[in-house]
Amino acid sequence: MKKEIFKPYNVSDNNFEQCVKCTICTVYCPVLEVNPDYPGPKQSGPDGERMRLKDPEFYDEALKLCLNCKRCEVACPSGVKIGDIIQSARIKYSKSKPKLRDMILANTDIVGTMASTFAPIVNTAVALKPVRKVMDSVLKIDHHRMFPKYTGLRFETWYRRYAEKKQKEFKKHVSYFHGCYVNYNFPQLGKDLIKIMNAAGYGVHLLEKEKCCGVALISNGLIKQATKQAKHNVEAFKKSIVDKNMPVISTSSTCIFTIRDEYPHLLGVKNEEIRDESELATRFLFRLIDEGKLKLAFKKNYKKRIAYHTPCHMEKLGWSIYSTTLLRMIPGLEFVNLESQCCGIAGTYGFKKENYETSQEVGKPLFEQIEKSKVDFVATDCETCKWQIEMSTSNKVQHPVSILAEAIDVEATMKLWQE
Amino acid sequence: MNKNRSKEYDVIIIGGGATGAGTARDCAMRGLSVLLVERHDFATGATGRNHGLLHSGARYAVTDHESAAECIEENMILRKIANHCIEENDGLFLTLPEDDIAFQSQFVDACSSAGISTEIIDPKLALQMEPSANPDLIGAVRVPDGSVDPFRLTMSNALDARLHGTDILTQHEVTDILKEQDRVIGVELFDHGKKEKVNYYGKIVCNAAGIWGHHIANFAGVNINMFPAKGSLLIFGHRVNKMVLNRCRKPANADILVPGDTICLIGTTSERIPIEEIDNMYVSKDDVDVLIREGVKLSPSLATTRILRAYAGVRPLVAADDDPSGRSISRGIVLMDHKERDGLEGFVTITGGKLMTYRLMAEEATDLICKKLSVDKKCETASIPLPGSEKSEETLSNAGNKIYTGASITQKSAKDRHGSLAHKIANGDSNEDSMVCECEGVSIGEVKYAINELHVNNLIDLRRRTRVGMGTCQGELCACRAAGLLCESMEEAGKAKDDLANFLQERWKGMSPIAWGETINEIQFTSWIYEGIYGLKPENN
Repeated sequence: MKKEIFKPYNVSDNNFEQCVKCTICTVYCPVLEVNPDYPGPKQSGPDGERMRLKDPEFYDEALKLCLNCKRCEVACPSGVKIGDIIQSARIKYSKSKPKLRDMILANTDIVGTMASTFAPIVNTAVALKPVRKVMDSVLKIDHHRMFPKYTGLRFETWYRRYAEKKQKEFKKHVSYFHGCYVNYNFPQLGKDLIKIMNAAGYGVHLLEKEKCCGVALISNGLIKQATKQAKHNVEAFKKSIVDKNMPVISTSSTCIFTIRDEYPHLLGVKNEEIRDESELATRFLFRLIDEGKLKLAFKKNYKKRIAYHTPCHMEKLGWSIYSTTLLRMIPGLEFVNLESQCCGIAGTYGFKKENYETSQEVGKPLFEQIEKSKVDFVATDCETCKWQIEMSTSNKVQHPVSILAEAIDVEATMKLWQE
Repeated sequence: MNKNRSKEYDVIIIGGGATGAGTARDCAMRGLSVLLVERHDFATGATGRNHGLLHSGARYAVTDHESAAECIEENMILRKIANHCIEENDGLFLTLPEDDIAFQSQFVDACSSAGISTEIIDPKLALQMEPSANPDLIGAVRVPDGSVDPFRLTMSNALDARLHGTDILTQHEVTDILKEQDRVIGVELFDHGKKEKVNYYGKIVCNAAGIWGHHIANFAGVNINMFPAKGSLLIFGHRVNKMVLNRCRKPANADILVPGDTICLIGTTSERIPIEEIDNMYVSKDDVDVLIREGVKLSPSLATTRILRAYAGVRPLVAADDDPSGRSISRGIVLMDHKERDGLEGFVTITGGKLMTYRLMAEEATDLICKKLSVDKKCETASIPLPGSEKSEETLSNAGNKIYTGASITQKSAKDRHGSLAHKIANGDSNEDSMVCECEGVSIGEVKYAINELHVNNLIDLRRRTRVGMGTCQGELCACRAAGLLCESMEEAGKAKDDLANFLQERWKGMSPIAWGETINEIQFTSWIYEGIYGLKPENN
């Protein structure tokens, strides 16, 4: 007898139809609270999608006010990918073309390459008030914003010159997706990562050739280019993960979120083969420790009070627990958890003149929390959150990996696994 | 006692469907004094319970040449006079592997002899034009089908009738036909609002009550042999198709998929029911099964699309007078002068037909009424646009003239619904722009406009005027807001609560036959809100 397979009959696989209009997403949207011009996640997402299917003329350019923080998706009890629906609608229907400003902000790697070549000049120039005024009026990049400093010695160059050789001495290996920020602005974070991984017994390697993850290209509507870079990166990840059996770790929550989730959801670039083995360094380390495969030894004299800020994409990934648990392992570290709230910068969003006010209003409650917390510094996994918090509060910000690198006793740790 | 005793209308029209409203408009435009009476609200019968398909006539081309020719003529007229009620989205007649492709050429020939333009489309091209169509199709013919919103169409006719002096009474049910010897002189009505009986007098009484015309005729002591045929339909949560999809074969069950406003719907079934059941419309499990099974053949993605609700309507089919057995049933227009037929003066019945031919039915009925009243004036309803339909320069895209505003959706939706009358809706201040219905983009301004100008007596009427509660949440968020606005302007609080319960009960009736998946989640959530939070109780209904 033929076996009958039960197939659920007529249950929707259109994700937006799973919305039961509970409106919780609207409460969690950081933009809606400060900017009434934004229709909100429910209206822009599932409700708007029905309208747009009726007539694309119902597309509303106000959707570009979405930060793509995905906090609506975290809040949604029905599992509707609200943020993805909004971003996909922008990709599909928006008629506004990216401006010169958007291209400059979006092409983090091209701009980074040029800027770091002339780092001293660029850094001095973009810090000058008159230059910022001109950028404000001509490019509509808000004059309050300070560009992150560019490094004269890129991380990749430093790595090839000083670190690469030593990495082969280890038995276990990982690849490192450093991202634009580490490469062009802050190589120290990459160096810190290598320090910890080496201490843990892992050699750190670069991908054959990594390209910018493309998050800024996506948010600025440069989809073709983003798709091209996504395909390139997925191939590069495959060479490491599939061919060499080396997982890929990163120190940027946004880069890794983009590669894991935005590639398939927004760009239609498949990544099943690499997704599970692509993660954040802190999660990678946590899992080793949790499985009993690794122990970290810390310096005795480390004493700091720090507050951890959960970046939106960490909230979406659900991964801040890994970073905070690692930090809490450090003896002498007094840990303050900040309520998870958006800082308002959302990558290139806050750099745009028209968004400056919204951006700062969104971040305000967070800034107040930070000022009240009386900490030595703030820890967070996202580079743009760092810029925003440093600009908007009196505190400095460090990456959890850098904090670990400062607190770790390298030799003692190495002894633990060499025994 | 009754102030209306002194006033005698030229004509009293019974029935607020498309035919009744259309006849009222036509009569009023020819200078008659008109009273239009309706027991519930506009478009509550068969008018509002069909596909909303702007037939090109192609569906009838092979089997019923006369209907097909009428359809295409009226189709072209409606495009001109009612463009705000219509979407000119064209239709495809698909031939699937199980259908006979030879039928296609017979179909195309029949269409052209009825005056319906056709274009045979290569299956690959057809799929590009309509990606939701069944990819296995082996043939496709393009015809000038479209969508029509029956609620808007009926309301526009009623509005224009009113502009030409027609008095309108909704919530007034005919309880008797008043006669003097062998002459009808008026109607006895029951006013559901005031709960009292009232008489109105007219020289002619026109029975345009659709299937309920059976009872009306009985009040007058004449018999019309009607055969109610029930048709069930399913509404899907959003638009799957852009073009109307038909099967290229002889008309059968569930073979038309029509996109209409934010949704699309599949139908219909056809089942003879006893006349006693016409006020008790339900959709059975078998109906739902047939509709899904056949619908999926037109567009496979229907299998995984959320169904919003199911509903059924009754076609008023009339047996020919010389055939009381009902074997020879006409789907065409039936106009009866009861003077000639039954020796009863002052009474005419217009029935049969279909939504597409409502205007022609009205024209034929009005011609007869005018002849009886010796009024000599030509019909102009085919050339003068309905209110809201006047061509305007404003396209949908610049209806939301301010980008960067939360009101963009409501403005565009209002323009879509009310055409050139949308300017009457207050907007621009944050209160008027606030949304009542979030699924369909109905603002407070639009609800107020409907309450003040469009004969709204309760929430269900309001839904037909504005689409409040017609979206995915089926009243979950908007019902209480709309009830609040309605209460402010007309109802006492106690009555408003009952009204709210009635409205939600009516929404549930349509959802219950298809209550699974997201629909059951939604209804559960709705009941938490209204029973749990607001304390609405079963005794309110």
